[in-house]
Amino acid sequence: MELSFGKKKTTSLRKTNWKDYFKSHWQLYLLVSLPLLQVIIFSYVPMYGITIAFKDYNIFKGVLGSEWVGLDVFRYIFSYNRFFKVVRNTLTLNILDIIFGFPAPILLALLLNEIKNSKLKKSIQSIVYLPHFLSVVIVAGFVYQLFSTRRGLVNSIITGLGMEAIPFLTEINSWITIYVGSGVWQGIGWGSIIYLAAISGISPQLYEAAIVDGASKLRRMWHITLPGIRSTIIVLFILKIGGIMSAGFERPYVMGNALVSDVSEVIGVFVYHVGMESGQYSVATAVGLFQSVIGLILVVLVNRLAKLFGEDGIW
Amino acid sequence: MSKSIKKSNKLNHVLSVLLLLVCIVLFIFPFLNIVAVSLSSARAVYSGEVYLWPIELDTQAWQLIFQNASLIRSLVFTIFMTFIFTVLAMILTICAAYPLSKKNFKGRNVILLVFVFTMYFSGGLIPKYLVVSSLNLLDTFWALILPGMFSVYNMLILKTFFASIPQSLEESARIDGCSDIGIVIKIIFPLSLPAIATLSLFYAVSRWNSFSDALFYVSKGELQPLQLYLQRLLATFANSEEVKDANQNVTVVLQESLTAASIIFVSVPIIMVYPFLQKYFVKGVMIGSVKG
Repeated sequence: MELSFGKKKTTSLRKTNWKDYFKSHWQLYLLVSLPLLQVIIFSYVPMYGITIAFKDYNIFKGVLGSEWVGLDVFRYIFSYNRFFKVVRNTLTLNILDIIFGFPAPILLALLLNEIKNSKLKKSIQSIVYLPHFLSVVIVAGFVYQLFSTRRGLVNSIITGLGMEAIPFLTEINSWITIYVGSGVWQGIGWGSIIYLAAISGISPQLYEAAIVDGASKLRRMWHITLPGIRSTIIVLFILKIGGIMSAGFERPYVMGNALVSDVSEVIGVFVYHVGMESGQYSVATAVGLFQSVIGLILVVLVNRLAKLFGEDGIW
Repeated sequence: MSKSIKKSNKLNHVLSVLLLLVCIVLFIFPFLNIVAVSLSSARAVYSGEVYLWPIELDTQAWQLIFQNASLIRSLVFTIFMTFIFTVLAMILTICAAYPLSKKNFKGRNVILLVFVFTMYFSGGLIPKYLVVSSLNLLDTFWALILPGMFSVYNMLILKTFFASIPQSLEESARIDGCSDIGIVIKIIFPLSLPAIATLSLFYAVSRWNSFSDALFYVSKGELQPLQLYLQRLLATFANSEEVKDANQNVTVVLQESLTAASIIFVSVPIIMVYPFLQKYFVKGVMIGSVKG
């Protein structure tokens, strides 16, 4: 009785107005104001800067002073072949990344889960997690060292076997394979962590019951392990799909070269070339805006979809 | 029953060995190959004799690296930059995570929304560049620190962690006359050291690994981080790849050992902290998977 009375009292105290709360907890607002300032300056002010996609940006007049041109910039980029090419490349590389990069950690987690020798399991995990912490530049360095035409390890082996060297990095299809493959290489171990954790949360009784019923290893995997991590898989898949337009800048920029630019130039790289190198700020901003808007729409849609399937979604 | 267990043990054994083999081939051989190339003679590298072991041991590439004053300076600069960045980023992250971890913090939802929205929408490269430029940060040390100094994702991880700290500790500190900031410093900080260590390492690794902001915002040589140095080296490497009939030039071939040595040089700091990191990061991922 007394307890609930006390509770009521504190809640009514809490409901006193904003001012009192602020007065007694102004330090909390002081704390949060620092990161807020950071986000406002480096995230929200640039969002305002998007307006130059609708302006004829002039360096001397600045963002505010430049003249409005309506949708002219967008008309321009939509009539531009190279724009569609970079959109296509962004989608292609990202979709391939998902097709090959998404199931790989699940498979690895299933395999690792079968290893009962915990020392061996730990050492394998240590090895496969490591590439996640290397930069894309270092990964690209590995790729060059392994696949360069004349002196790369792979071609050394191929020519050592008496076959012709393969121009892995300058031929479009093999470049795409290597781009996607190196992404899987870098992400597979890290990606498996979460699935391993999800698997360890499945009740062992289910497995025991299945063993009594005579279920084989594969059957147990299929009927217990996979359904057990289903919701983890779905949530992570949503996150992946949501980011389908957001192909960053660094990986395609470092791995690409002049001979494969037809497939390696994604939106991020295009924005850099057109904006930073050629100084066409309005065009580059418009393309960036296109990417951000489609990306946002995708995240929202896919999250809805997830809820439709009865999952939690991201928010 | 025992027969099937035996059979499954055998299967486990085969699987373990197979996985281990794949690991060695895919994850260890590339490292060995690069070390071998960096330590082999130019002739051996050029004729494609180097696989996993140095041929005609030659430390010239490594000597060049350690004699390269600008590279050593770049290393020192990158370490310094990473350190400053990590400290400041962590301070900001704690500043946001603590108030937001309190359920009765007024304005919490609005502020959270302001933060989280930036995870899904951004102004893009050019507007951000214009902001950095108009703040006169271009070509300064701070261009490599300020724009990326806060990660909402890391903040959400820390906020979840803070929320798990028993409320009663804070209340008793408050009765003793401790202010909000005092509570953060005296109670929350010491209690969250493992989480703070994890996130600091995440920040440090991300700062260490990224080169694009240096590419966008600085052109001065002395502000060039190691990754950008390596990226430029690789770009010349990639271009030489295109010129298929390049003449047999010894300096060009030494370039190869030099690139290999540089790749190791840049990755060694990460590989050195990795064992310490490993203890923490699995937990970090787990907290991160719990939505805030």
